[in-house]
Amino acid sequence: MAFEDQRTTVYKVNPAHPESETLPTLRTEELLLNMGPQHPSTHGVLKVILELEGERLVKSTPVLGFLHRGVEKLAEDGTYHQFIPHTDRLDYVCAMYNNFAYCRAVEKLMNITVPDRAEYLRTIVAEVQRIIGHQFWLGTQALDIGAMTVFFYCFRDREILLDWFDELCGARLTTSWYRIGGVERDFTSSLLEKLKQFLDYFPPKIDEYVVFLEKNRIWVARTKGVAVISAEDAVSFGLSGPTLRGSGVDYDLRKAEPYSAYPKCEFSVPLGKNGDTYDRYWIRVQELYESVKIIRQCLEQMQDGPIMADVPSVTLPPKQRVFTNLESMIQQFKLFSQGFSAPPGEIYCGTEAHKGELGFYIVSTGGGKPYRLKIRAPSFIHMGAFDHMSRGYMIADAITLFGTYDIVMGECDR
Amino acid sequence: MSLQQLASRLQENFATGFIKAVEWRGDLAVTVTRDRLHDVAQFLHDDPAMDFDYIVHVSSVDWPDDEERFEVVYEFYSIKKRQRIRLKTRVPESDCIVDSLTDLWKGADFMEREVYDMMGIRFRHHPDLRRILMPDDYSEGYPLRKDFPLRGKGWRDTFEFLDETAR
Repeated sequence: MAFEDQRTTVYKVNPAHPESETLPTLRTEELLLNMGPQHPSTHGVLKVILELEGERLVKSTPVLGFLHRGVEKLAEDGTYHQFIPHTDRLDYVCAMYNNFAYCRAVEKLMNITVPDRAEYLRTIVAEVQRIIGHQFWLGTQALDIGAMTVFFYCFRDREILLDWFDELCGARLTTSWYRIGGVERDFTSSLLEKLKQFLDYFPPKIDEYVVFLEKNRIWVARTKGVAVISAEDAVSFGLSGPTLRGSGVDYDLRKAEPYSAYPKCEFSVPLGKNGDTYDRYWIRVQELYESVKIIRQCLEQMQDGPIMADVPSVTLPPKQRVFTNLESMIQQFKLFSQGFSAPPGEIYCGTEAHKGELGFYIVSTGGGKPYRLKIRAPSFIHMGAFDHMSRGYMIADAITLFGTYDIVMGECDR
Repeated sequence: MSLQQLASRLQENFATGFIKAVEWRGDLAVTVTRDRLHDVAQFLHDDPAMDFDYIVHVSSVDWPDDEERFEVVYEFYSIKKRQRIRLKTRVPESDCIVDSLTDLWKGADFMEREVYDMMGIRFRHHPDLRRILMPDDYSEGYPLRKDFPLRGKGWRDTFEFLDETAR
């Protein structure tokens, strides 16, 4: 996909060697500024200690952990099924994708194959969640940087999808719709109808967002050439998702290690080339179009069939049977309270969430509970590059930096 | 390069440090001795046939009954070769320190800090080894160790409970 380069050459900072050229020759005292933990643009409780030389950032030290709840420790105490609602609370604006990543990891551990229809349902909902995530990012990032209008438009359209989630599983944000081996329930005809309507409604709205932002001089000036990271550095820091692809590195797990229904869909992975905030924004907007394409293809290809793998020792019985059939009720109760017996071993399974690679590393020693569960949270790893990416920029650009990673503290601190 | 070839290549190059390679569910996990960890990692990072340029995660597992109690787990990915490898090493509790890999992968900085914070494993030559998720002055141990109680410890134990039956 060709990248339309419309940028001007006016840069306020030198991205290559910020320290050497931007510091004033007259050396004065450094100022230490605590930003956060209650700053509105930090999207949660994040504190960054900024060392300033005038208005330039000399060094910034993120202080994490204000939202640490010990999720990994909690995982060791519950059964595999019981952990699904905890994953909702990791990246709480995109719960579906966390459920998806976790369920995939456990399925890899248990060697379960998910039926075709369930794979399509999962892919559709995951892409709907990606749209929601990118809308949320676009709205809040623009709001932080000084373009308020697009925030209302994004959230207007996001509401439609959240209501759709509500109808699907009874919750707007903490969804827990994915199950190990499949999904909790099928689409109704009303849901399908609403989704199709949305697919027709949405693409012109993306064009609208783009017009609002790209004609906005403040937005363009504050994103182009800001928070630049080179491809080598981005790879070395372990960045992922649009943050990595903004630097032109072609790494998307949906293509690199195809899973679910993605190999059956045609879609492209947009790549940036300058590695700045503007490129990451451009990628996320393009991914909105791609998500619409993927959902359309899935809806066309999807056939009727079971929505849960038939492995009674691991997967849950259908809910209707639980209320009418004693054996199913016992099965459900035992799976939740005692768990299923997992084979001893260890796996890592990464999934391309909209923020980046969300991975679960599970160590099992047999029995119903994970012995160790490690969450590879993209937000946490992106914060590792914060200092590197912020040096030499103006203090106001710190706001752009928080947004450029699409950071959510629930996932970062776990 | 298949996973078996990858494992045997490592075994040839590191005859002294190589302990075992396990392939399970399509994941390759190689265990090496602690003193060769950095050399093996450097080989994985620099050798053009390996080219593991991307660090996925750093983790640790606590096995309290074993002689070498802690297991440090690194996971790497090669973006060009589309391949994964997991590199593991064991450290005893009395001397739980391994060489930091921050000189090879910059992202290892925060990930190793998290392992230090949660499990108490220290990393030699790490530029900034401080707690990251827990408070800096947290003195009640390392939360992800198996002997750390799930409900936490420390300040809760100091609460005074009212004896309701005494009234």
